[in-house]
Amino acid sequence: MFRPLQPVGQAARFALGVSFFVLFIAGWSVATLGGYVSPTFLADPLTMLADGWSLLTEQGFLFDIGMTIWRVVGGFVLAAIVAVPLGIMMGAYKPVEAFFEPFVSFARYLPASAFIPLLILWAGIGETQKLLVIIIGSLFQVILMVAVAVGNTRRELVEAAYTLGSTDSAIVRRVMMPANAPEIAEILRLVLGWAWTYVIVAELIGASSGIGYMIINSQALLATGQIIFGIIVIGIIGLISDFAFKALNRWLFPWRLA
Amino acid sequence: MSKLVVENLSRTFPGVHGGEPVRALEPADLKVAANDFITILGPSGCGKSTLLRIVAGLDQPSTGQVKLDGRVVTRPGRDRGMVFQSYTLFPWLTVAQNIAFGLREKGLPRREQDEIVASYIDKVGLKGFENHWPKQLSGGMQQRTAIARALANDPEILLLDEPFGALDNQTRGLMQELLLGIWERERKTVVFVTHDIEEAIFMASRVLVMSARPGRIKSDVAVDLPHPRHYTIKTSPEFSALKARLTEEIRVEAMRSVEAH
Repeated sequence: MFRPLQPVGQAARFALGVSFFVLFIAGWSVATLGGYVSPTFLADPLTMLADGWSLLTEQGFLFDIGMTIWRVVGGFVLAAIVAVPLGIMMGAYKPVEAFFEPFVSFARYLPASAFIPLLILWAGIGETQKLLVIIIGSLFQVILMVAVAVGNTRRELVEAAYTLGSTDSAIVRRVMMPANAPEIAEILRLVLGWAWTYVIVAELIGASSGIGYMIINSQALLATGQIIFGIIVIGIIGLISDFAFKALNRWLFPWRLA
Repeated sequence: MSKLVVENLSRTFPGVHGGEPVRALEPADLKVAANDFITILGPSGCGKSTLLRIVAGLDQPSTGQVKLDGRVVTRPGRDRGMVFQSYTLFPWLTVAQNIAFGLREKGLPRREQDEIVASYIDKVGLKGFENHWPKQLSGGMQQRTAIARALANDPEILLLDEPFGALDNQTRGLMQELLLGIWERERKTVVFVTHDIEEAIFMASRVLVMSARPGRIKSDVAVDLPHPRHYTIKTSPEFSALKARLTEEIRVEAMRSVEAH
């Protein structure tokens, strides 16, 4: 059974995946319902569900969820619009890379969350500030990863295109871009996951709506059930967006799987 | 008149990490007549691929120059089609789209593109595979597509760099016949690089033997076997005599090459 790389069946894979969730919730239930942990610090699963239901039906939590999604998607799309073309240019043209790469490599290590106090001074606690946090957090990562992907285009493909009469700009458009499109989509999927972390942090510090705002409010009320529900909602949205991205990639790039 | 003229061509690669520069190609001269099929035969690492890459414009010579139809080659272009040893089909394009790649770059109307693609699909025997992705094809089919892609662009000269090197023996034999059949009909000027002696003789009207590194053209052997050639020619006495002669020449070079490394 534990032979390296031995494949596991579809049904077994599903059962194994589900059983971890079951074990996790069982452990949580025993700890809380069994009275081993004080409800002040950790709500039990049933309270969490009841709190969640009340959040959704009575406290307008759907609006908070919508706000958070809007911020992530908005900031991420703005970052991608700049980062993907710049990354492609850097990967394709070495002087462009030489110009931007050192700065981008430096900027990549600046923690987006550390900018929040500064961004609040500049842009207040409105939407601009939230979008800026996400842009700072994802822009430089995407630029660098796209540049590396495009720079690693198989040389033989570029050479083959040249011998077929491609011009320099056609090499970028018709070889480097399509060759790396799946990888660029994969990079976006990965960085979108990180953007979720930044938006919640931004909402924890200065906001009047959003999932992070609800969580920090619940802390003041010692409503651990609501906090856990909020965290789980984030996880579920992440999972859904991940699946959607993967399905989109499979549909856009059938040649990869063929 | 010569289609392709290579004059005093040499290539030296700069040394890596302060090492000695590597002389890959000694000054070489070469003339290829229009509609001729020549093979360049040599042991691995003799600089034959370097020579071909410079002709294609993918590498720059250290001295000398390459002229095609009297024009000096400075960069790659559609007049010199190339088929590589490694698989170089564009994986995101279907077989038909791969073959049409150069035609699209040329800006040919769609109708004409489709006609040319269809005719080459037919010539290389890929009917029914037009809409397959390269990943779905065997190695031999991928190289057939690559040949069709290069020929569909109607280059002045076709350059092939050990195109069948990665194929098994049986497939390789079939591919040789296929390519030779196309050449016998269309008479494109072809330069074919290989380390396989039988392949070199079977395909060519002239075999150039290259010496071990640093590579130089050691001998120029005419192959006066009649066309169309059938694979059975490989067992004829004339073929065997040529093979014996070239085997001897290559063996000396291969041994020098082994001793040097």
